Amino acid sequence: MNPVLLPLLVALPLTGAALLAVFTSRTAVRLLLPATAALGLAGGLALLGATGGGGILVHQVGLWPAGVSIPLAADAFSALMVTTTALLVLVCSLFALATGEAERRYFAPLVLVLSAGVYGALLTGDLFNLFVFVEVMLLPSYGLMAIAGTLRGLRGGRTYVTVNLLTSTIFLAGVALVYGTAGTVQLGELAGAAQRSPAVAAAMGLVLLAMAVKSAVVPVHGWLVRTYTAPSPAVTALFSGLHTKVAIYAVYRLYAVVFEGQASLLWIGLVVFTATMAVGVLGAVGETTTRSILVFHMVSQIGYILLGVALFTELGLMAGIFYLVHHMVVKASLFLSTGAVEHVYGTGDLERLRGRARGEPLLALAFLGAALSLAGLPPFSGFVAKLTLVTAAFDAGRWTVAAVAIAVSLITLMSMLKIWGSVFWGRPPEPETETGAESGAGTGTAATATAVRTAPPRLRTALVLPAVALTAVTLCVGLGAEVLLDLSAQAAAHLLDTSTYVEAVTNR
Amino acid sequence: MTLALTIGVLTAGAVYLILQRGMVRIVLGFVLLSHAANLLLMSAGGVFHRGAPLLGRSATEALADPLPQAFVLTAIVIAFSITVYMLTLAATGTGDETEDAS
Repeated sequence: MNPVLLPLLVALPLTGAALLAVFTSRTAVRLLLPATAALGLAGGLALLGATGGGGILVHQVGLWPAGVSIPLAADAFSALMVTTTALLVLVCSLFALATGEAERRYFAPLVLVLSAGVYGALLTGDLFNLFVFVEVMLLPSYGLMAIAGTLRGLRGGRTYVTVNLLTSTIFLAGVALVYGTAGTVQLGELAGAAQRSPAVAAAMGLVLLAMAVKSAVVPVHGWLVRTYTAPSPAVTALFSGLHTKVAIYAVYRLYAVVFEGQASLLWIGLVVFTATMAVGVLGAVGETTTRSILVFHMVSQIGYILLGVALFTELGLMAGIFYLVHHMVVKASLFLSTGAVEHVYGTGDLERLRGRARGEPLLALAFLGAALSLAGLPPFSGFVAKLTLVTAAFDAGRWTVAAVAIAVSLITLMSMLKIWGSVFWGRPPEPETETGAESGAGTGTAATATAVRTAPPRLRTALVLPAVALTAVTLCVGLGAEVLLDLSAQAAAHLLDTSTYVEAVTNR
Repeated sequence: MTLALTIGVLTAGAVYLILQRGMVRIVLGFVLLSHAANLLLMSAGGVFHRGAPLLGRSATEALADPLPQAFVLTAIVIAFSITVYMLTLAATGTGDETEDAS
């Protein structure tokens, strides 16, 4: 793949968004939204092909000389993230098309602008440009949060805007201080700067703090739980896969490049991320709706993912990156399968749902697979991710962390079984059996009953397939873990020894 | 020093306003906060060189650093758009600030 094509990953979704803002017909949305998302996926796979062997693609935007221009750079880590993001955008768009939500005015353009921002943030090699792309990603999200127009959505939207604007302002202040102390915001030029000068380290600390809030690490995770339960399931699935993960990517990249993995600060990460794992999972125990349980688990899983950067060993980083990719897929699958139930039955309340496995065995299977993967059971990808991470923690001599990680996965399993037990397992509630009784009463009612029964399944197949597809991905990744492990190892190698990345970005 | 004090006062006012209950006050707080951040960006480039950053117009050592100014321009645009959106949110959900956000 030619590096000149890198800006296309940002430009194409933006073009798609512009077209969809003009052509608002149903056909246009049905064609253009998945097509643009699929193009992103193709781009991601092409990137992966070009960087999987250890290559780095760099394009100095506008062909300005290096040092003046803003570089876009893709190594194996960025490529992995771009591919996973594109997959999620595609699958969530298909789900939103199935629920009919995608036909809401401006829904499709907003999603595409959001994806453009994410691709940009994953590819940029410049700190200020990262800020801009994060804003490009957040602006449509504010809209998507409140697009349903419900009071709950508006409230969630308000908290969401407030928290994210505050964090972005802190991020901006951090960028200002980095520029003031280091004299540059280009990542390549900043390499190792924080290790050489405490002033730059303090300034970068502010940037990392902003990223910690955005990735919902424990003392500052409250906003996630308040806001992710507010929008529609499709939007939550999309946000869960994209937003916090971009911040996590930034933490990995910035700590590796600017701090060069400085060992004396790693204890902060170990303490905070271990607390994140524990608090997240314990918070989920007291929740009573599927979505709030899943959101609390997201907090807990974020602790696992970031543990990789806190260990900063080759195995640790590799495990963290593997975990990140696995988590994006699995979490989206869980949000989509419970979201399908929520969409059809109008509630995600554990008390009011029962026996859904009878009506939708495929959906139940998709949920079960993803849930077991989240808890870390073989043969799913979660098992490989957790095993590698715990091994890495043991190797680094962090026994307590490893013990907490294992204990937390047990509670995770318990929570997943709670959703399984109350939503999918058992006998379906009364109304369905009543329909069964009515159908015996007369042929006329039987006909309508079957009509009613056969009408939703067509809708359901489209609703179920996205979650099934993602669960299939986690199963395949679990069975053929070697491929993704190799790619993660490649990505980790560039984080551990940043010289290749820095050379490529600064063009020296 | 003046710049540092201004940033401090703006931030203090912003924090006070953001901690208020009403959405409009929060928005005003964010307006102040973004001004503080923009001034910080300006100060990061050094404020002692004030020549127009055009070659040939002023002596090279007197040139102002154009990069922070470009940053600030970008940041102003972003902050402005979000402010407008937040005001919309403040107008659409009038009167629910005192309710318990459940």
